[in-house]
Amino acid sequence: MKYLDEYRDADLAQKIAREIHRITTRAWNIMEVCGGQTHAIVKFGIDELLPKQITLIHGPGCPVCVTSIELIDKALEIAAKPNVIFASFGDMLRVPGSTTDLLSVKARGGDVRMVYSPLDAVKLAKENPKKEVVFFGVGFETTAPATAMAIYQAEHEGLKNFSMLISHVLVPPAMEALLSSPNCRVQGFLAAGHVCTVMGYEEYFPIAAKYRVPIVVTGFEPLDILQGVLMVVQQLESDRAEVENQYVRSVHREGNRSAQELIQKVFKVVPRKWRGLGEIPQSGLGVREPYAAFDAEKKFGLADHRVEESSECLSGLVLQGQIKPHECPAFGTRCIPEHPLGAPMVSSEGACAAYYLYRRHVPTESAKTT
Amino acid sequence: MSNNSAKDFAPVCPVPIQQYPHVLLAHGGGGKLMHQLIGKVFLTAFRNPILETQHDAATVELTGKQIAFTTDSYVVQPLFFPGGDIGSMAVHGTVNDLAMAGARPLYLSAAFIIEEGLPMETLWKIAISMQKAAVSCGVQIITGDTKVVDKGKGDGLFINTAGIGVVEHSLKITPQNVRPGDAVLVSGDLGRHGMAIMAVREGLQFESAIESDSAPVHKIVLELLKAGIEIHCLRDLTRGGLASALNEIAEASRVQIEVVEKAVPVREDVHAACEMLGLDPLHVACEGRFIVFVAAKDAERAVQIMRGHDTGAGATTIGKVIESSSPMVSLKSAIGASRILDMPSGEQLPRIC
Amino acid sequence: MCLAIPGKVESISGSDQLSRVGKVNFGGILKEVSLAYVPEVKVGDYVIVHVGFALSRLDEAEAHKVFDYFKEMEGLGELKEGGT
Repeated sequence: MKYLDEYRDADLAQKIAREIHRITTRAWNIMEVCGGQTHAIVKFGIDELLPKQITLIHGPGCPVCVTSIELIDKALEIAAKPNVIFASFGDMLRVPGSTTDLLSVKARGGDVRMVYSPLDAVKLAKENPKKEVVFFGVGFETTAPATAMAIYQAEHEGLKNFSMLISHVLVPPAMEALLSSPNCRVQGFLAAGHVCTVMGYEEYFPIAAKYRVPIVVTGFEPLDILQGVLMVVQQLESDRAEVENQYVRSVHREGNRSAQELIQKVFKVVPRKWRGLGEIPQSGLGVREPYAAFDAEKKFGLADHRVEESSECLSGLVLQGQIKPHECPAFGTRCIPEHPLGAPMVSSEGACAAYYLYRRHVPTESAKTT
Repeated sequence: MSNNSAKDFAPVCPVPIQQYPHVLLAHGGGGKLMHQLIGKVFLTAFRNPILETQHDAATVELTGKQIAFTTDSYVVQPLFFPGGDIGSMAVHGTVNDLAMAGARPLYLSAAFIIEEGLPMETLWKIAISMQKAAVSCGVQIITGDTKVVDKGKGDGLFINTAGIGVVEHSLKITPQNVRPGDAVLVSGDLGRHGMAIMAVREGLQFESAIESDSAPVHKIVLELLKAGIEIHCLRDLTRGGLASALNEIAEASRVQIEVVEKAVPVREDVHAACEMLGLDPLHVACEGRFIVFVAAKDAERAVQIMRGHDTGAGATTIGKVIESSSPMVSLKSAIGASRILDMPSGEQLPRIC
Repeated sequence: MCLAIPGKVESISGSDQLSRVGKVNFGGILKEVSLAYVPEVKVGDYVIVHVGFALSRLDEAEAHKVFDYFKEMEGLGELKEGGT
């Protein structure tokens, strides 16, 4: 078993889809939280296999998309400084701040480097002792073990020229914020499988109980997502609101203890502003006092500033699942990946980008299950 | 036509390395040093009588229905990668562009823009590699140019090659000739070149290295033509991969092209490298691959002919052209649903999140 | 969130838990991955890897269960058809 192709089997996909068709009696709105799941749904056309009564709403699970514009502006300011090597994951490079983006800073001479892992940035700091190396720590809980380890290692090795600009966000507070909004139409959730691999799924029980919504921890391959949808629909059809685990091969109820320990050691929970959603209390991670020397915001002492978002960009509504990307008037015209108005059009896991890539025209043929 | 085999070329750099281990600005200055460089490196590597006339322009006699003419510039980094280098890539690339018109490639020009400080040994290795490629393609490099730019202004080396070939068939091979019912064939598995480069750049290690698929494809094309295959269009897959090529043709010929994802050949390690870096193999650059649109009746025969060649061993049918009011490329996914296969936008950035 | 993919652990080195690394094989590509968060992993196990860190050991038994469930579903469908 290699854990990839088996989960893309067309026959099994059709089979699960048929079962979903069989048991669905009413309209249901289900939100998949994670951008990776959104991407898989659109890329494989999973929603096309589902009965018309089921609407998949794309959630704010793209950490690149929800990184506040103010933080991006800070990143741009740091990256433009001489003597700074600014290291970042690939997705962040084209996300627009107020006026520009990291790639443009690079084009104008800033030392901006794409890295695969936060440890690569620590390595850069060791190899370039005369430069300041700053890493853009963007991600949900999935990425926190890696960034925590990077800071922990840097501290352990006494590095003086390494720091991180942290933009970690947490999923459960975002789900609560969505559910407590009066416009919320979400009736069931596919929770993010890799976030839960790290954090477990204890935190979701109170949410399921309080808002009476089924929550199924789901993986990322087509069969995972289809099975997750099936499990949510089974609950909805039988009026249950429980937390279940579809992604059993990777997720345990308690999650990864050693990862959680190091996250706790290095980070603390802080309020965070989500681009398009506003500030959500207790929804982000910040650097703890003992590691303050590695907090780039403190190190570079950048002033806070407020930014007015372009009113034309409706990414907030997209991220909340209120509208689909193609329902935005700017979609595909004034807002395309080459000149995006907001982050979801740039990040390859943003819903707008996924729709633009795969759904600009309606395909003439689509698979239908009988 | 020179028939020298590759083994005639000894890999010893003839320029006195002790004196000039690196290319200097003066080597592009038009004076003694430049002549020494041209003589010792390029004339020696590309040995042929036309080049040796050393005139401003090379003159040749051509016969055939039409002349095919193409040009390309090569700016790849790193200069050397598994499966090739900027030089061999330049020769293959231009030969392949000529092949896409169904032409028999004959002569190439090669212009070099060298960054001051490039090791002479590197330049020599690349020149030798170009000659090796030229010989195996049956073409000659008959004219060229050399410039040297200041350090920091040139990224090592840029090469431009232009090529001439003769068209000896009477088919109209253009996108406009593509029509509903046509079968779409690809000559082999995708994404090797792009991933070979990404792997070097990203420091990915492989059990056995992914090698670039840079290779000439003109012999396959000429054989398809000789066998009377009704070819409507050819396109080589370079930057932007299969997705780009199909979209360009769909747009130019105003048709819908339907591709079956499962039929598109991608090697396991290329696929894994793409998964890892968050890239789509259908968008990744190839170098020795092409697609061909043929009349449906000739599809099977064409595939058999292609498979008879080393560089066509993985040839297969990947889709068909269908009637439509809006030009586009649609893809039937592995699980049976349909979606658009779009042009990649800008440079592919590996994603993590 | 995000791109985490499965790979097979081919070799392990490193003395203490935090510095433990493995060579992980992703369909033919070998990459060095930190095993700091999966101390129970042995050579031959599959792991889920995100930005250079293994986050969990893939449980083959659990994975098989999922496919057993799918097969069961088929049986269920047939039964229903026969019953009407």
